Amino acid sequence: MSEKPPSAKKMLNQCITQHFIDAATAKAKGEPVGWATSIFPQEFCETMGLQMVYPENFAAIIAAKHGAQAILDIAEGEGYDVDICSYAKLGLGHIKEQIAEIPLPLPDFVCCCNNICNTVLKWFENIATELNIPLLLIDVPYNHNYEPTPHSIAYIRAQFDKIISQLEEITGRSFDQNRFEEVMRTSNRVSRAWKKAIDMGRTIPAPLNGFDSFNFMALIVEARGNEQTAVVFEKLVEELEEKAAQGESCYPEGEKYRFMWDGIACWPYVGQNMRSFKDKHINIVTSTFPDAWLLMYEPGNLDELARAYTMVGNNACMEFQADRRTQSLREFNVDGMLFHINRSCKVMDFMQYEQHRQVFKRTGIPIATFDGDQADPRNFSPAQFETRLEALTEMIDQRKDAKAKRGDA
Amino acid sequence: MITAGADIGSSSSKILILEDGEKILSAVVIPVGTGSSGPDRAFAQALDQAGLTRDKLGYIVATGYGRRHFEADRQFSEITCHARGIAWLMPEARTIIDIGGQDAKAIRIEPGGSVGSFIMNDKCAAGTGRFLDVMSRVLEVDVSELAALADESKQEAAISSTCTVFAESEVISQLAQAARREDVAAGVIRSVVRRCAGLVKRVGPEAPVVMTGGVSLNPLAVRFMQEELSIPVMAASRPQLTGALGAALLAARELSKLKAGAL
Repeated sequence: MSEKPPSAKKMLNQCITQHFIDAATAKAKGEPVGWATSIFPQEFCETMGLQMVYPENFAAIIAAKHGAQAILDIAEGEGYDVDICSYAKLGLGHIKEQIAEIPLPLPDFVCCCNNICNTVLKWFENIATELNIPLLLIDVPYNHNYEPTPHSIAYIRAQFDKIISQLEEITGRSFDQNRFEEVMRTSNRVSRAWKKAIDMGRTIPAPLNGFDSFNFMALIVEARGNEQTAVVFEKLVEELEEKAAQGESCYPEGEKYRFMWDGIACWPYVGQNMRSFKDKHINIVTSTFPDAWLLMYEPGNLDELARAYTMVGNNACMEFQADRRTQSLREFNVDGMLFHINRSCKVMDFMQYEQHRQVFKRTGIPIATFDGDQADPRNFSPAQFETRLEALTEMIDQRKDAKAKRGDA
Repeated sequence: MITAGADIGSSSSKILILEDGEKILSAVVIPVGTGSSGPDRAFAQALDQAGLTRDKLGYIVATGYGRRHFEADRQFSEITCHARGIAWLMPEARTIIDIGGQDAKAIRIEPGGSVGSFIMNDKCAAGTGRFLDVMSRVLEVDVSELAALADESKQEAAISSTCTVFAESEVISQLAQAARREDVAAGVIRSVVRRCAGLVKRVGPEAPVVMTGGVSLNPLAVRFMQEELSIPVMAASRPQLTGALGAALLAARELSKLKAGAL
């Protein structure tokens, strides 16, 4: 009897585990291992055959496993303020003392791109200074308009040359242009599959549980230029298409509410959040940040690479962001929107207050906000979350009832 | 048809018993909330006042922080309940400001009592009843006497700290420097209102604006809110009971639905 092929979820877990093993093995062999920010152009390091790890992913996993507080205490004991981003503190705490359940190797070089925020600049600069290791930096200006300016693209593209030469120095190898184009082709394949997977959320009922998409997102962060990632996502698409063809929801009892989640997951309470959603049959059919890794370009074209990495998430102007949210709300047939006001990510929070206003003005969709944190367990109140979630579902019910009555009249 | 609404908050327990979705048979407020003897005592008193036993109640809806620990047929959020309660008391109301023991909320309501939008306080006690509790202790008055004390103010003290803990230090400091208690009391009320008004402005208040929750028992709080928002603000009659009233009304609706379904 032939063995059933593994599910996409199983493949995902295998890939994530293997990734950590490969990084630890490389470190043990004396090969250089790098830390990178979540949307640093991975194409360069992948081309050089370097093992990269992503401390933001590490922080999310540690937080979800309830291991964050002890490491935050280490960082805060060093003098890092309680208000500083918890991902940064988990990374900095880990540099000081490796008590984490996950054996994340310490870096030999760090790669920082501030297209996500500027906290990463000081975070990674601190690591580089403390460990006396190279800092590879790509500085990305903020986009005040719908398109990045030509000088912005030129500025970003000009920094790629330095990155390449720094990587050549670190590895002792030359940058292989053919391999680079191959990595970009693979990355395009991964992005296409990822887009197909997250777009399955448009189906009614949606076959993918939104929190599962957060889990799969770990792979697109850490192995976007890797062919195995493409295989996993293509398998995921296959599974979702099969479910969609059967009209299957991610919940056996079906979905009752379709939500958009705005912001990073509240990892220390992801289990509680998922249970609350499941109890109320809420499916997160779309969210604001998986889209950030839909990065596509002409293989070998550095201007397009620069362009792809600048128009991500928080780095786009407010109107563009509001457009993007509004479009998703419509395309994914969303009933309600939940903003995670994430204490660690002030740049996102300040944008979210205005996005809330803009989106409500444009769509009138029921919206609630709740306080939480991406990794610090001290910043969330389950009771507050439940109250707001219930109020939101009740508002949606009222509107549906009113609409039904109007339809009957 | 007799229904009950139970609004079990952090600081107080409120029970209201309603007949036929119209006539209030009893209404009780006990100033201790979930986790205490408050909910049971309030329930017992409400039944007693109405001359009823529990089995005579057709449906019970619970709301508030302690709603899941109170035996009820269904739970609704306090946002929905306050909106429903105020819509019944004052159908023309368009904005509700509810300042409770540990949270504050601003609710825009549509005609008919459905919720248009709502905003709740960020994780902070500063715009809530807790702020007044803390300051009343420093001023050595019961929180119910704070308004009367503040009424005698000649020059409102400025309290600049947002944080309740810092503001407490500031108040102690002012009193130590011989500031008049009356002036500090007025400053304290202004401070909580100003903080809450910031929240209300985010929801975009539309007149008529109604205040509910324990803090709106303080007439100075209502007056200051009107000043901060520059639109008329009034306190709901029996402002602590609007949540329980809304819950009892929703219970009546649910019971009607059940009966209609059974036919």
